[in-house]
Amino acid sequence: MTKPNERKLTIARAMAEATAQEMRIDPSVFVMGEDIGPLGGVYGNTRGLIEEFGAERIRDTPISETAFIGAAVGAAQDGMRPVVELMFVDFFGVCFDAIYNLMAKNIYFSGGNVKVPMVLMTSTGGGYSDGGQHSQCLYGTFAHLPGMKVVAPSNAYDAKGLMTAAMRDDSPVVYMYHKGLQGMGWLGTEAGATVHVPEEPYTLEIGKAKVVREGKDVSIVSCGMGVHNALKAAKKLEAQGVSAEVVDLVSLVPLDRETIRASVAKTGRLIVVDEDYMSYGLSGEIIASVTEHDISALKAAPKRVAFPDVPIPFARVMEQFCLPNPDKIVAAWDQMQAA
Amino acid sequence: MAARKPAAKAKKPNVSAEELLDHYRQMLLIRRFEEKAGQLYGMGLIGGFCHLYIGQEAVVVGLEAAAEEGDKRVTSYRDHGHMLACGMDPKGIMAELTGREGGFSKGKGGSMHMFSKEKHFYGGHGIVAAQVPIGAGLAFADKYQGNDRVTFTYFGDGAANQGQVYEAYNMAELWDLPVIFVIENNQYAMGTSTKRSTKSPSYWERGAAYGIPGEEVDGMDVLAVKEAGEKAVAHCRAGKGPYILEIKTYRYRGHSMSDPAKYRTREEVQKMREERDAIEGVRSLLLTGKHATEDDLKAIDKEIKAIVNEAAEFSKESPEPALEELWTDIYAPLEA
Repeated sequence: MTKPNERKLTIARAMAEATAQEMRIDPSVFVMGEDIGPLGGVYGNTRGLIEEFGAERIRDTPISETAFIGAAVGAAQDGMRPVVELMFVDFFGVCFDAIYNLMAKNIYFSGGNVKVPMVLMTSTGGGYSDGGQHSQCLYGTFAHLPGMKVVAPSNAYDAKGLMTAAMRDDSPVVYMYHKGLQGMGWLGTEAGATVHVPEEPYTLEIGKAKVVREGKDVSIVSCGMGVHNALKAAKKLEAQGVSAEVVDLVSLVPLDRETIRASVAKTGRLIVVDEDYMSYGLSGEIIASVTEHDISALKAAPKRVAFPDVPIPFARVMEQFCLPNPDKIVAAWDQMQAA
Repeated sequence: MAARKPAAKAKKPNVSAEELLDHYRQMLLIRRFEEKAGQLYGMGLIGGFCHLYIGQEAVVVGLEAAAEEGDKRVTSYRDHGHMLACGMDPKGIMAELTGREGGFSKGKGGSMHMFSKEKHFYGGHGIVAAQVPIGAGLAFADKYQGNDRVTFTYFGDGAANQGQVYEAYNMAELWDLPVIFVIENNQYAMGTSTKRSTKSPSYWERGAAYGIPGEEVDGMDVLAVKEAGEKAVAHCRAGKGPYILEIKTYRYRGHSMSDPAKYRTREEVQKMREERDAIEGVRSLLLTGKHATEDDLKAIDKEIKAIVNEAAEFSKESPEPALEELWTDIYAPLEA
């Protein structure tokens, strides 16, 4: 329920609001992507912008991801602050060269002579039977490659602050928003993502994690949709007398290892929840960040709840079986106790 | 085009002695610089791949003569000539080749990756054709900012078969971007001749499918390149959108220093050097037109040699980068 003076927004609206506010004060910001104009973005995050800013600054592109992301790199090196959208993260396959070889490397390659202030927004996540080319998260794929910052908000407050921070950053920021959190009715949405958002512009520091629930028995670390699963699991665990702490990573790169380590130092146990594939990814990185720092902080072997290493299946029963959920997190706790 | 005599020799050029001397000087600088880079590579001072521009000098020198201050350029990995022609310091380029602190990218970019915002040079890119969308984006920025700058976007005949070139063509024409797509057709994509890679006889004609005008240019004739460049620049500056120049040229050396050159005959290269060399063409114009004496040209040779030697010395003396530099420039510094 909305309280008086509360301004609950979806992530989609929070992103659009941040973009509009920045565009009002900075003429070098423009938005480019597929159907981000009159359609307002498939996931609503550019809705209303073309009405205010026109087609010159809210620029629908041909379906030519390599060309428009590459062009954004060029424009960013030349005084502009492009915000570009890769409609689904899964589409990175056709244009990754522009992302990881150009966007991510040109500051370094130039010895700092050029800046690449651009935001690459992209939708992630499944759970709605869209098949394996429209449902991936690929956090690990992007976070693995140096030179770009990567953020993944779990709620509208963070979404707005991160969006403004990303547009003001002189380095490329990959902004990964989860479809299930956007507040799009047709997708089904996570109610916890729609929260109070102040009207005035503000920034959230990129590279800072948040403890979103305090606890003392186990640290559950995740991002995006995983944070909501973790919070629901924490409630279930609370009913069993277990006090779970939940860490929302907010940013994947830079990764706030300090906050993760401090939480685990307090609780002694770690469960990582990741909707991306299990192997070689985020969950392994978080666990390594703790164990290679101080293995004695752990009272039990860490656990991960992640998407198994299979292409994402279409059939609902199969996809839901694979996705992380609160029960799986509780089960991970139980296994930890049984070990 | 192999057997023709240089067009520059045949026609009476409408060009001043000063301009001709400048073209000569610029082209010679590139050639001597590249020869020196080849030597340093042979001595083990330059690592990796090193793509020399020898033979193609007239392309970039001709187009730079058509450019104005503020115009931009972006190219592939065969980039030393472009940097020299737009006025970047030879010392900084050579020191980047040797991976030294004094290099344009502090040793972190190498031969294929250098930038100079000051000279409006936006790289130096290692992936075939990846610079083409960047060029469209640079032109977009100019159009958005409302100035009349033009971007020269260079790529080769090999890159012309990459899909992203055509994505960029469509976007550039759709948005009337002031970009000149310069296809440096040196006839070989590494070791694959255009005859073995491409069915259509010309690359520039593909622009017609997107509504982009263009033309073929003799790239061994610096004056012909300049003239075509001026036409293309005028088209772009007038707000008429992109233009394509397919410049027929020839590289004398291998694709990179590691090229065994088994895909063409020694005679083919020799014939080109003897009959079509762009620098010789201008030299002959200077002498026959009595714009310069042999002694004048010798003096220029000497002057160029000194610049190149100074660059080579600098590239050896500049210190290796400090390892602390590894961790800088990953991101742009946050402004205070």
